[in-house]
Amino acid sequence: MHKFLTLTKKRISDIVSKIVEFLEKNNRTTYLFLIPYILLFVTFIVIPVVVGIGISFTDFNGIQFPSFSGIRNYIYLLTEDELFMKTVLPNTLLFSLVVGPGGYILSFLLAWMLSQITHRARTVFALIIYSPSMTAGIAMAVVWRIIFSGDEQGLINAFLIVNNLIDIPIQFLQSPDYLMTIMIVVSLWSSMGVGFLAILAGLLNVNKELYEAAYIDGLRSRVQEIFYITIPAIKKQMLFGAVMSIVGTFSAGAIGVALSGANPTPQNSGQLILNHIEDYGIFRSELGVAAALSVLLLLIILGFSKLFQIILKEQD
Amino acid sequence: MALGTNFNPRRFDKTQLKFYLILIPFSAFMLLPIIYIFTTAFKPIDELFAFPPRFYVINPTFENFRTLFVYAEYGLPAIRYLVNSIIVTFAVVTTSVLFSSMAGYVLSKKNFRGKKTLFEVNKVALMFVPLVVMIPRFLVVSSIGIVDTLWGHILPIIAIPVGLFLVKQFIDQVPDELIEAAKIDGAGDIYIFSKIIIPLIRPAIATIAILSFQATWNNTETSTLFVSVENKQTFAFYMSTLTSSTNTVAGAGIGAAAALIMFIPNLVIFIIMQNNVMNTMAHSGMK
Repeated sequence: MHKFLTLTKKRISDIVSKIVEFLEKNNRTTYLFLIPYILLFVTFIVIPVVVGIGISFTDFNGIQFPSFSGIRNYIYLLTEDELFMKTVLPNTLLFSLVVGPGGYILSFLLAWMLSQITHRARTVFALIIYSPSMTAGIAMAVVWRIIFSGDEQGLINAFLIVNNLIDIPIQFLQSPDYLMTIMIVVSLWSSMGVGFLAILAGLLNVNKELYEAAYIDGLRSRVQEIFYITIPAIKKQMLFGAVMSIVGTFSAGAIGVALSGANPTPQNSGQLILNHIEDYGIFRSELGVAAALSVLLLLIILGFSKLFQIILKEQD
Repeated sequence: MALGTNFNPRRFDKTQLKFYLILIPFSAFMLLPIIYIFTTAFKPIDELFAFPPRFYVINPTFENFRTLFVYAEYGLPAIRYLVNSIIVTFAVVTTSVLFSSMAGYVLSKKNFRGKKTLFEVNKVALMFVPLVVMIPRFLVVSSIGIVDTLWGHILPIIAIPVGLFLVKQFIDQVPDELIEAAKIDGAGDIYIFSKIIIPLIRPAIATIAILSFQATWNNTETSTLFVSVENKQTFAFYMSTLTSSTNTVAGAGIGAAAALIMFIPNLVIFIIMQNNVMNTMAHSGMK
């Protein structure tokens, strides 16, 4: 038995080395190296997007074969779905316009300050600032639910009551007046992620000679310096950071549901396009409409990224 | 003294004080919720119900962790979910690192048809938000037949466009002469990749490992969408049901304990690898 095993092992390793040899000789290793990634990339990223675009032009309930319906789903969304046009789309735009650029500017300013202090202190601060983004929204929702809890055990409510500012606890997470604001605060809190680290790394590697030359050429203030020297010098990292912050912002769609514990969120106050997609696709089985929404959202994301690219290009 | 901003200063001087003045209160604010998770996780039940709630804990206890793991009120004991998460995370991180560095190597150092297209497509895919196409993704996953298996957590998230992007940018820094020299000595791609490239790109590998760790360990979507069998779901998902279904106060301690278990591995891994990450990020530039 033992002999048999060693023999098979030897045979297998023989076969493997023969295959390797064959591939090396025929210059096929390039494809061997690419295949695993490409296979998974195409299967789980490219095909879903293509299928999604396809379904968006059909009437599809998930059971019967989809039937072609042209751009009816899009027309429906833009003209008949009142919730989408009046609540979900404005919510999404408000949320992403505050959290996206807000988190991005915050990331830059913090990285800019961090890059000007000594290594050890910088490491500690960077770790603290980065850590909320590690587990992202959902795991952290638990602590925010306790902080904003609608009873006297909620930290904020307790603070307000103890200081006689209110008598009855406020239902922060169930109230349409507060939910969106809290979503934005929580998302900003956890928005200093990979992009922030990239910007920081970029700043630590800028060429200092650029600055001396610029001041000799008549640069006057720190503000001028940031816009004329620093940002162009780390433009590539800025762009990477921008893309990461856009993706982060649009991925954070579940935060409203996680905080309020309900989908739809109270009076749809925290409803974003992602939740709306879920609503159509999973609860109502109108997959065509859900797919059309997905396509619209993908276009919005692409549009934002292109916008950033153009803004940063003009800095040249 | 040099003109302009003094980036990456060697030592402390008074001009840096103004930054500390802003950074200290700001990071305190960032840190408070995380500290609150720690203290809440160790609070006994009477302190959880105390009014006004305290930010700190007086009699720390492991009661919440015990309840989480022993007392299976919400179906399966937490340990089952935790084991699933560990298996899935390990599988994703190892394959993800291997596949992205393999693809990154050829994308950076070899010439083949479609190379530019592949890189461009991958760059657009950096903006990919998986949740946006959750329904077609479900259709794909179910047509492959991996619904309700652990594969449903693993396969869909191995390919990370950011990972390939970062590792490719990093391998671009490896001098071509090194590879040419090895080729003259008769080395093939597999030898070059495993003996030359891999040791040189450790920082990038550490970075993809962290990114894919975070994407997997914290993932609740695969459980929501692809795997509805309870004993195959992940800890992150279990945690999200825990926090949304229970009474906030009574469940707070247990929820915080679970959040802590989610958070600690992220923190430890990042602390161990942070130098590598910063090194990789310096090459993260996009054109």
